[in-house]
Amino acid sequence: MTAKLRILLPQLLVLAIVVGLGAYLIHNTLDNLARQGVATGFAYLDREAAFEIGEKLIPYTSADSYGRALLVGLANTLEVGVLGCILATILGLIVGVARMSRNWLIRHIAALYIQAIRNVPLLLQLFVWWDLFRVSAPPPRQAWQIMPGFFLSNRGLTIPLPSFEGGFHWDIPHLAGFNFAGGHIVTPEFAALLIGLVIYTAAFIAEIVRAGIEGVSKGQTEAALALGLKPRQALFLIVLPQARRIILPPLITDYQALIKNSSLAVAIGFPELMAITNTTLNNTGQAIEAISLMMIIYLGLSLITSALLNWYNARLALKGMAR
Amino acid sequence: MKAIAWARANLFNGVWNTILTLVAGYLIARGAWMAIDWGLIHAAWSAPDGRACRAITNDEGACWAFIEQWYRFILFGRFPPGEQWRALIVVILFIGMVVVSCDRRLWRSAWPITAIWVVGLIVSFILMHGGVLGLPVVTTDLWNGLPLTLFLSVIALAGAFPLAILLALGRRSDYPIIRALSVGYIELVRGVPIISILFMASVMLPLFLPAGVNIDNLIRALVGLMLFYAAALAEVIRGGLQAIPTGQYEAADVLGLSFGQKTRLVVLPQALSITIPPLVNTFIAAFKDTTLVTIVGLFDLLTTASNSITDPQWRGFYVEAYVFVAAIYFVFCFSMSRYSRSLERSTER
Repeated sequence: MTAKLRILLPQLLVLAIVVGLGAYLIHNTLDNLARQGVATGFAYLDREAAFEIGEKLIPYTSADSYGRALLVGLANTLEVGVLGCILATILGLIVGVARMSRNWLIRHIAALYIQAIRNVPLLLQLFVWWDLFRVSAPPPRQAWQIMPGFFLSNRGLTIPLPSFEGGFHWDIPHLAGFNFAGGHIVTPEFAALLIGLVIYTAAFIAEIVRAGIEGVSKGQTEAALALGLKPRQALFLIVLPQARRIILPPLITDYQALIKNSSLAVAIGFPELMAITNTTLNNTGQAIEAISLMMIIYLGLSLITSALLNWYNARLALKGMAR
Repeated sequence: MKAIAWARANLFNGVWNTILTLVAGYLIARGAWMAIDWGLIHAAWSAPDGRACRAITNDEGACWAFIEQWYRFILFGRFPPGEQWRALIVVILFIGMVVVSCDRRLWRSAWPITAIWVVGLIVSFILMHGGVLGLPVVTTDLWNGLPLTLFLSVIALAGAFPLAILLALGRRSDYPIIRALSVGYIELVRGVPIISILFMASVMLPLFLPAGVNIDNLIRALVGLMLFYAAALAEVIRGGLQAIPTGQYEAADVLGLSFGQKTRLVVLPQALSITIPPLVNTFIAAFKDTTLVTIVGLFDLLTTASNSITDPQWRGFYVEAYVFVAAIYFVFCFSMSRYSRSLERSTER
């Protein structure tokens, strides 16, 4: 009996402290909210948001609700997250392989990239990319035409879109007054966020890729070369497929980091989840609800990312090996 | 001769490699030339204002005159100019304390380093805040720039450390309730963006406290960073705990050590010394993450830089400002990462 008690007592003590502290904080909070006359609850989600959102993947007007605005933000987060993860993986793979190149120059360029990017804060890099588009790019009338239809100006980058209205044709952007019309415009905010996240995350992925390649036994490469495979074939057919097993678990962490880091958009004004939450809590004063909701969504995104990749990882695992 | 042989082996072995070397070499040389041309040859080192500077550089070079005019603001922000020597001493003191702490001869006991930091932090606080010894008071909203960045990262990490040890031990505890609480905290905090924790600290912390208690913006950010770093550090320390062979725990049990003695004398010293290289990496990440306090309205090194480029006389010299600040961050982070690498190598041996 005393043994059981000795196990139970410290736990109950800790639990009591945590619950007590929680209750104290909640009590204070309710007290403060009542004094400030702020209503609690999620009813605000149905109220009219009355603010515009510059970029949206799903239809939204300022007459829509806060809940809808949050969805627009979530969609933008997902857009940046998915595109960012794909592009960062590609760039990270290239840099990681280059880091292992037998060519001295290539190897050291990759090392320089990794060191320079990893040792400077991401937010600073985002500011630089943002200003590069906003300040250094020319106004629309003097836009640089990269390819027909692709104009780079301080309003962003225009991209032609296929259109099916009245038969198939390309909706090609053109100058109309002081801005471009037609096609799709990648705003400076979106471009800065995406480029910044991709370049930053790729530097981390490159190191993972390098560790993964180093983790594959050298005998594998030697065997492949002995079989008459070319070095590049050995890399793509023998080494990288095996390195995947080592690369994937830490890659999950980097994908989650990229999605979480997309919240830095709030500092450069891209309307994703964090920015919309910020606007919402400033307009409604419902800080607790808005912040908790946002945290739950980010937590959910993290869990989904890791679930998807763990499922893929399990499929990659060697058959018959204990996990 | 040796150089040619080396070049043949490392740069020009095979057609494909030769092409790669030539293309990459051309691009690097061109990039380097552009950087030198912009940063040195066409640069202006002194000018009374932005327009005059642009006239000198003809928009083809860097305007380092901007840094000459603004470096004090970028480094110390709105700290009263006449008192900035105090902030400078604090910066030097912090760097000195970090450098001294890296000396492994001091690690045999925890006391020397703890004593250095406690005394150093008290001295820095007195220097920054003033109000004694005839120093005028400088309120915390004027603690800007580099001193703020150093203060935030060091104090938040120091405060997070004990909590992180408790969480790491809790996560490996035999007690299910304690384990569940630790796992819950760590996973929750690590699953959300650090900005959301900072928002929470800045918006919700005042709500959590009894009415009438007002807390400083700086403290709010510190609490937020501390809560976040604790979870990150806990995971690193857990890695160290897992690396200790079970024989160590069993030996301690056989010797009749209590849980407290076992943890303090056997487990933690070993776990922490294994984890020092990854801990330094976490410190680097934490140092970079302090830039996010700009979002909750604090004037750290990045905020002072981004504010300096909005001055009407000097508008738009963002590259100069950000290169200057990036160089400072780089020096700190790169030397820390070099140090962590050298530690890793010495423990591998």
